[in-house]
Amino acid sequence: MTIRGKVWKYGDDVNTDVIFPGKYTYTVSDPAEMGEHAMEDLDPDFRSQVQPGDVVVAGKNFGCGSSREQAVVCLVSKQVGAVIAKSFARIYYRNCINNALPAITCPEAVEALEKGDEIEVDLMAGEIRTSKEVFSFPPFPEAVLGILNAGGLIPYTRQRLGLKG
Amino acid sequence: MGHTFAEKILAHKAGLEETVPGQIVEVTPDAALSHDNTAAIAGIFRRIGVPRLAHPDIHVIVLDHACPAPTTKHAQNHKEIRQFVAQQGIKHFYDVGRGVCHQVPAEEGFALPGALVVGSDSHTPTAGAFGAFAVGIGRSEMAAIMATGLIWLRVPESLKIVVHGQLPEGVTSKDLALHVIGDLGADGGLYQSVEWYGEAVQALDMEARMVIPNLMAEMGAKNGYIPPDDVTFAWLKGRARRDYEPIYSDPDAEYAAIVEYDATEIEPVVAKPHTVDNVAPVREVAGTHIHQAFLGTCTNGRLSDLAMAARVLEGRKVAPGVRLIVIPASTEVYRDALDAGYLRTFIEAGAMIESPGCGPCMGNHMGVPAEGEVSISTANRNFRGRMGTKESEIYLASPLVVAASAVAGQIVHPNDL
Repeated sequence: MTIRGKVWKYGDDVNTDVIFPGKYTYTVSDPAEMGEHAMEDLDPDFRSQVQPGDVVVAGKNFGCGSSREQAVVCLVSKQVGAVIAKSFARIYYRNCINNALPAITCPEAVEALEKGDEIEVDLMAGEIRTSKEVFSFPPFPEAVLGILNAGGLIPYTRQRLGLKG
Repeated sequence: MGHTFAEKILAHKAGLEETVPGQIVEVTPDAALSHDNTAAIAGIFRRIGVPRLAHPDIHVIVLDHACPAPTTKHAQNHKEIRQFVAQQGIKHFYDVGRGVCHQVPAEEGFALPGALVVGSDSHTPTAGAFGAFAVGIGRSEMAAIMATGLIWLRVPESLKIVVHGQLPEGVTSKDLALHVIGDLGADGGLYQSVEWYGEAVQALDMEARMVIPNLMAEMGAKNGYIPPDDVTFAWLKGRARRDYEPIYSDPDAEYAAIVEYDATEIEPVVAKPHTVDNVAPVREVAGTHIHQAFLGTCTNGRLSDLAMAARVLEGRKVAPGVRLIVIPASTEVYRDALDAGYLRTFIEAGAMIESPGCGPCMGNHMGVPAEGEVSISTANRNFRGRMGTKESEIYLASPLVVAASAVAGQIVHPNDL
């Protein structure tokens, strides 16, 4: 599976409160509406300008803070193709995988990429390609790959339980 | 080679001889916590398509995030949860007003030594104060647990923190935890199981201990752990729901790192806006004007926290132009604070007392700041917009510093009041 899009670049320790403010957690339940609050307190341009396939690129500890899954769903709703970071907060990482949003740890790529760069992410080859460079990232563990390939934890769980579709 | 607490408990729960860091195991939790997000989780559970919960008795649901409901939408959310609880026959349900979702399970005896606790809330590690392996998870994962009883967990590397000596008078476990987070950084324990040892930790009472694993979420940790001892066992007497078996790290266990601190050198601190690892001594920011002071939350809303604040507020008044909001962490705390006379002290000082729950911590209600305002809070997060207003500032501190600052109208070291 290959993702193509442009880079939205952010710094270290981007927390879930700025990705999806806590005050909306019990009043916004529609994923499309969650998308309209994506990155609200970090980058007001993001939600109106992000295009399907675009990639969020950030420093260390991306998604720290709350366990709120909306901070992932709001990006999925905007059809973000992948998130690349130097490291991820652990619950955020799990939430990404469980919503079939590839979360890729690749510090070298983060250093090199700039906002607006056009990139290609090849999940099977484990490569991030720009017009100039190629960066490799380690393959996903089997347990994680199973969930990603199924389209997220819910379809994965349905498959395991022998439920159709 | 010996094993750490995390390696041992995950091996035990997975039915394996041993585990190593990086290994992925599939386990059934002893307790699975959720809160106001249970309606959303129930919706995901229904999408999976299983009619009944795999293990209804492991689920513990505590409504706390917006309680009592501030809007019709919040009320509707609570209503859906009550319907789900009734449909599924969930016994361990604590409705609005009972308390915060990390305090109530402790009081109700779910947070036990050797227990595996998961929760769809990032401060679930709080139960690690009792020697539980307690980790935060997402909503979809909780729905999958409802359907299958299972969750995958990666066996974490472990970080050992040893705090030698005793904390000075007026220095609390909040100051200790913030000091360490400031030192190691917001990702200083990323993915790790953080174990706490040393005389300073052993000397803390159970309520003060709960602050430490609670704040480990702010260091990126998977969980925090304090080895259970007589303090733990005494607290659990009459509260534990079942027999429990403590699990301890082996003496020759292997750690990613061992970090040592001298407790006598630690002083009252604050976490400055807008990150929890932006830690400074209180005196460095003394004089910063405040508009609101908040005493409460899963970090510092317990009886001993209220007692500390009451000692400061006794015979004093909250400064003009400052709002002091007090929210006991549970009905038990509320009742005991009433009996001890703390609530009278707060009221006479000019504070407001709200019903148990999370209050304004994540900006839902009960004291959302205006733009340009500064809050000092006993909570665990000060991210931009956390309390509901992007253009406002939050300082985090101990109950002593928060109470003293409310009186002074500015941030102040309690000894300088």
